[in-house]
Amino acid sequence: MMRKTTLGVTALGAVLALGLSACGGGGAASPSQSGAAPAGGDGAKAEFNAALTQVYNPSDKKGGIMKFANAGDWDSLDPADTYYGYSWNFVRLYGRALVMFKPAPGKESSELVPDLAENLGTPSDSAKTWTYKLRAGVKFEDGTPITSKDVKYGVLRSLDKEVFPDGYTYFNDTLDLPKDYKGPYKSKGVNTDKAIETPDDQTIVFHLKQSYSGFDYFAQLPATIPVPEAKDTGAKYKEHIISSGPYKFDKNEIGKGFNLVRNDQWDQATDPNRKALPDGYEVSTNVNADDIDNRLLSGDLHVDIAGTGAQPATLGRVLTDPALKANTDNPTITRLWYTSINGNVKPLDNLECRKAVEYAADKVAYQTAYGGEFSGGQIATSLLPPGIPGHADINPYPAGADNHGDVTKAKEALTACGQPNGFETNIAYRAERPKEKATAEALQQSLGKVGIKLTLKPFPQADYFALYAGKPGYAKDNKLGLAINGWGADWPDGYGFLQQIVDSRVIRDTGGSSNISVRDPEVDKLIDQASLETDTAKREPIWAQIDQKVMDDAYVLPGLWAKSLLIRGKGVTNVYVSDATGMYDYLNMGLQ
Amino acid sequence: MVTYIIRRLIWGVFMLAIVSVITFAIFFLVPRLAGATSESLATRYVGRTASAEQVKIAAEKLGFNDPLVVQYGRFAKGIVAGADYDYGPGVERCPAPCFGYSFLTRLPVWPDLLNRLPVTISLALGAAVIWLVAGVATGVVSALRRGSFFDRAAMSIALAGVSLPIFFTGIVSLVVFSYGRPLAFAAPGGSFTPFFDNPAMWAYSLILPWITLAFLYAAGYARLTRSGMLETMNEDYIRTARAKGLTERVVVFKHGLRGALTPILTIFGLDLGLLMGGAVLTESTFSLPGIGKYAIDAIVNQDLPKVMGVTLVAAFFVVVANLVVDLLYAVVDPRVRLT
Repeated sequence: MMRKTTLGVTALGAVLALGLSACGGGGAASPSQSGAAPAGGDGAKAEFNAALTQVYNPSDKKGGIMKFANAGDWDSLDPADTYYGYSWNFVRLYGRALVMFKPAPGKESSELVPDLAENLGTPSDSAKTWTYKLRAGVKFEDGTPITSKDVKYGVLRSLDKEVFPDGYTYFNDTLDLPKDYKGPYKSKGVNTDKAIETPDDQTIVFHLKQSYSGFDYFAQLPATIPVPEAKDTGAKYKEHIISSGPYKFDKNEIGKGFNLVRNDQWDQATDPNRKALPDGYEVSTNVNADDIDNRLLSGDLHVDIAGTGAQPATLGRVLTDPALKANTDNPTITRLWYTSINGNVKPLDNLECRKAVEYAADKVAYQTAYGGEFSGGQIATSLLPPGIPGHADINPYPAGADNHGDVTKAKEALTACGQPNGFETNIAYRAERPKEKATAEALQQSLGKVGIKLTLKPFPQADYFALYAGKPGYAKDNKLGLAINGWGADWPDGYGFLQQIVDSRVIRDTGGSSNISVRDPEVDKLIDQASLETDTAKREPIWAQIDQKVMDDAYVLPGLWAKSLLIRGKGVTNVYVSDATGMYDYLNMGLQ
Repeated sequence: MVTYIIRRLIWGVFMLAIVSVITFAIFFLVPRLAGATSESLATRYVGRTASAEQVKIAAEKLGFNDPLVVQYGRFAKGIVAGADYDYGPGVERCPAPCFGYSFLTRLPVWPDLLNRLPVTISLALGAAVIWLVAGVATGVVSALRRGSFFDRAAMSIALAGVSLPIFFTGIVSLVVFSYGRPLAFAAPGGSFTPFFDNPAMWAYSLILPWITLAFLYAAGYARLTRSGMLETMNEDYIRTARAKGLTERVVVFKHGLRGALTPILTIFGLDLGLLMGGAVLTESTFSLPGIGKYAIDAIVNQDLPKVMGVTLVAAFFVVVANLVVDLLYAVVDPRVRLT
């Protein structure tokens, strides 16, 4: 009996080893729990959408370590090689571009303000030349003064697309560079003054091949963040970036995360835009997305850096709990989910047939397919999202009183098109995207009501534009009349949003363009006209004209202006949504 | 014995070569057969508005224009002899074993793998200790008290353990024992601290992953030990041992358990080998930056050099684990002779 009891106790102890070993760790206090503060703060009333148009929990209190997490990873931390929205938002903590979007809530955030430069660019030569004067007294983290040559070098290195393939090509495409120039590594010693001049240490002059009125938007790109040539290590620079902002890298493990600490060479007197409130940042990458949401809600984490909103598992929980919902914001972002209507595929070469598609589409089903009102988006009636200056309320094809489609108007259009009983065509979507499949099915159902029979054609995401929907020959031969599509603006400006998806000149026979369907010389002319217009007040209405023209052409069936449900981290101050990014502005956040 | 080990090592290298060829074929050959071109493959590794010229440059840089045999040869040569890599301002030497450079980060893969190994080893070894102790002890007691309440309860829990997936038990354990809950005693996900930085925080960050992973494995080991012990304890030599007047403790542990240990050792070796190659679900659920999470991220991002590297590392651990297990047979079971 005694023997059995001993064995039993031993075994029970082993079974409970899990619990016992667990208790061993309980003594270590969670660093975050000790520092977590309740939601809201002095004067901050937690309300749904409280940070959409105003600063939530404003404060100038310094100190604390902000904890960020990312479900994925940066394309690159290198200013020359990054094209993610959240990266452009975050990079301002360790780098200063010539220009930046105003750190302010709502529409004000779409305004450009000088950062490293003293003023916005001064155009000359019909906006083919842009001049910037740098602020005095700005230094790199090692104490070296920043000069215009460092800015020029930063831009030039970003042109090397073999070393930095992730970034944009705006500077490659627009600067008046020497023929076959490939960046400072491969074209070493080549004189580039005809593209960028640095007459003195404080002045930088950009020369463009063609006039472009919106060059200040280029000047806010991370590529204009200065890079000291002597410290440049090419593809490896992302591991040891030399800071020009208020924080510098302390530890950086690509794929895992990094820490930022204060840059003691940054001088508040040279920087009217940044508050630099926290003492540092801890950023974890490749973190489980559901874990991020749970940690945000528990106060262990301050910011979900991707800024794309809560996961589906969290949405149901947050939206049904008033206390949790009060700490969320639901911005409409500058992204359009839409369907391209390909005029190269018969009978969609007929405007009336395209109009029939526009009228018959059930917009509510479109919204449901993307996740509904909060995480899917707001029903779109044209291309330009409301957050982009120049947006106008355009709705040439009302989808009926309840947004479920106007069958009568659709049938009238079909009759005018010579297809009174409807027609058959295919609809392409990306196979890896369930929301796109659901959208294609929703359109199949709603267009079926007027006799337009859609056959679903899934294609691999990676080759969607290069080989299938975006390759004109393939799309025509395979009758891809419709193609599910989506586009987000690089910045809240008509050019940044529209040019890549409505300018017919970006369509390539070899495929790869995001513009699948819009081929209208009038639209191209309007884009050129806007590009030349330096007066913002005159330029912005042209974007609305373009929007109207594309809608009149019925080359695009607008679905939704995307929305996301952002969770405010507990104890975070100065929280507001920036229209420029569609996410929280990370620049001036602090901790209570 | 030495000849045996050398022969097995040569065979192991051959196995790794086969694994590398198959993995390469899956990720490089199959897309080609499905119609992918150098350019279409390269579009995955450039910015979203990359021009045709930019895509061409990327295809050339990544070596997609070369015949597949040349591409594989370059990969194999890198592992054996190292490789040179143009990072912009200069060319750097990637010493052997060079598993190539990530298509996305353009950083060498091998240091990445080495960097993640401590996480996976910490997770696997810690969990292995727990599941081995808990599983075997539970199995022994269940076998000795067959039909008792303890036996039934333990086997029911074991059934639950082998049935519930990690991504369920892991998330439940996080929700109950972390995220600032009243019962919280463990770190939330993504909180790994290296052992040598702070042993207490290391354990604090790994407790829940250990328990979750061990729960899955302990259940299987308890069932395996129980059935092995039931069989062994009915053997004649156990009766003889008792007749000799040996204490029950000696009978159970020296004679009974040792006989039941051989199959457990086999399974343990394989399990541990597999886990060393990455506890994919556990690392993903708890956001631990180990080999498993690295593998998942590499596959999702189609970062082929990383996929190749992590596959070979995982295969290496399985091969080594098999060899170690076979060597240990001779220690555990005197009847086994290695020739």
